[in-house]
Amino acid sequence: MSVSAPATTLTAEPDQIRRGLWRSILTFCRRQPLGTFGMALVIIVAIAGLGADLIAPYNPTANDFAAMTEAPSWAHWLGTDQFGRDMLSRIIFGARTALLVGLSSALVGGVAGLVLGVGSAYFGGMIDLILQRVLDVLMAFPLIIMALAVVAIFGTGVQNVIIAITVPLIPRCARVVRSSALAIREIPYVDAARACGFGHTRIILRHMAPNVVAPFLIMITAFVGQAILAEASLSYLGLGVQEPVAAWGLMLQGGAEEYASTAPWIAIFPGLAIMLSVLGINLFGDALRDELDPKLRNR
Amino acid sequence: MSTSVTQLTTSPLLKVKGLHMHFPISEGVLLQRSVGQVKAVDGVDFTVQRGETLGLVGESGCGKTTTGRCILRLEKPTAGEIIYDGVDLAGLARRDMQAMRRRIQVIFQDPYSSLNPRMKVGAIIEEPMKVHGTEPNAARRRERARELLSVCGLAAEFADRYPHEMSGGQRQRVGIARALALNPEFIVCDEPVSALDVSIQAQVVNLLEDLREKFGLTYLFIAHDLSVVRHLCQRVAVMYLGRIVEMTDSDTLFDAPLHPYTQALLAAVPVPDPLVEQTRVFRPVQGEVPSPINPPSGCVFHPRCPMAVESCKHTRPEPREVRPGHIVACSQINVQQ
Repeated sequence: MSVSAPATTLTAEPDQIRRGLWRSILTFCRRQPLGTFGMALVIIVAIAGLGADLIAPYNPTANDFAAMTEAPSWAHWLGTDQFGRDMLSRIIFGARTALLVGLSSALVGGVAGLVLGVGSAYFGGMIDLILQRVLDVLMAFPLIIMALAVVAIFGTGVQNVIIAITVPLIPRCARVVRSSALAIREIPYVDAARACGFGHTRIILRHMAPNVVAPFLIMITAFVGQAILAEASLSYLGLGVQEPVAAWGLMLQGGAEEYASTAPWIAIFPGLAIMLSVLGINLFGDALRDELDPKLRNR
Repeated sequence: MSTSVTQLTTSPLLKVKGLHMHFPISEGVLLQRSVGQVKAVDGVDFTVQRGETLGLVGESGCGKTTTGRCILRLEKPTAGEIIYDGVDLAGLARRDMQAMRRRIQVIFQDPYSSLNPRMKVGAIIEEPMKVHGTEPNAARRRERARELLSVCGLAAEFADRYPHEMSGGQRQRVGIARALALNPEFIVCDEPVSALDVSIQAQVVNLLEDLREKFGLTYLFIAHDLSVVRHLCQRVAVMYLGRIVEMTDSDTLFDAPLHPYTQALLAAVPVPDPLVEQTRVFRPVQGEVPSPINPPSGCVFHPRCPMAVESCKHTRPEPREVRPGHIVACSQINVQQ
């Protein structure tokens, strides 16, 4: 495939991705300008999150009572909040919280959903039927309501927020993975594995799961965006990350109502950070899907 | 149900008795109820002797692949016995079946989908040895995988390739190497050459023949290509709509078929000579294959049979041994000998 059409080297085959990673990235940038924009945003958020200690000009939790609700200036590029904390530093550290929550919930929820979905499709019959009805019940709750319920049980804090967002992601992932796995179950190499007398776990993890990675990876990118948004929502509602940890949703809660007219930067910049990072992840995920789906690739 | 199954020599390696595989057609989401059955295999009896190759032929959808899948226990048969070397596979628990799987292997029809695209060829061949613990040493396992590749006519270097980097014929050789990995004695060949080019078909058929001699293998060879079957099989069973209508040795079946369906099937094979083909009187079987959901009463072939009489509509003809080693399920066949 990659020989006849060099423009489409980015395929679902992992070895081909490895072979021409740089060329694939260049191709991706050329063919998906919006996706590239999204990728750039994701990279910025990732750098901010990983290198927050080095980049941030101030300590995000240090109060400076001489400089409260200050407008953006050369000293404080994005101004200060009502406690005199540097907004830019807090947004940079907020990226760390967002990434931590977003990535870990998407990964844990995704992997749990992957195993459940493939297992459900593999066993079929009553197991599949019961499991899918249970997932239906879980899916009936909107993500944020479900997360609220989990927080109400376990309490607040970063770790519990991760659990709260992971739980509602599991059925969403399991459902999509199951539909791909149902098709894969009928492919003879799964029969071959059964005829060789392999155990259920080996067939599910070694033979079926690796063959649903394409839809799975795309879903994971979408989940990261959803999880960041859910984290911000929970924190805004006061049920997520607690002060003084820097989190975008928390910053909105602290500043938005009171200072919306007198010090609008307190509300605007965390809001922008949420919007741009979620937008970036969604654009990147969409472009990735278009590029990996052979049916959409050659439009 | 079961009739006088021929006991040619000593106890056969495989003896299938009254095999039924009915797939339920269910309706409803939560409370599923059965609204009918697809009678894919509906009372099949045959035996396979050690070292013999039995051909199983018939049209698409006649149940030959399902019969093979039942023997491999990829499906649990609805009824009947599959006695392999004295053990009934049909009633075997999963754990006990796993042990039997070392002795019974399979080669699939489609070489493009029977190999896991995410695994290297070497890993595909090594995996059964690893799981069954027949070769616990990783280095020796690797060595044996390369050996098997060369036995199957592939260079050992193919072990480091992915299936998508190989041609159909090469992949089918990998499928054969995997089937041999556990040193089986019996291999179900489920149309192993029908997805290949004619030139490659001959190579793979010859390979299967060589392997049979080299390792003393017994094959159940499922196919619809009659010329391949005649070349490879000592005995042939013809299936129609889930039942065996005729079974005898290969030469007799091709030279003097008795059942009207077998006769029609052989008449449908084109003669590779345009002059002969032009003058040949060709009478295709009338009508369509009936649905296995609702098969005809009596003899399943009666609506299409040129020899059918009134009684064929009511009584199901049981397989009878009309000549030594020649079984026919037709009430109209009488051979005096």
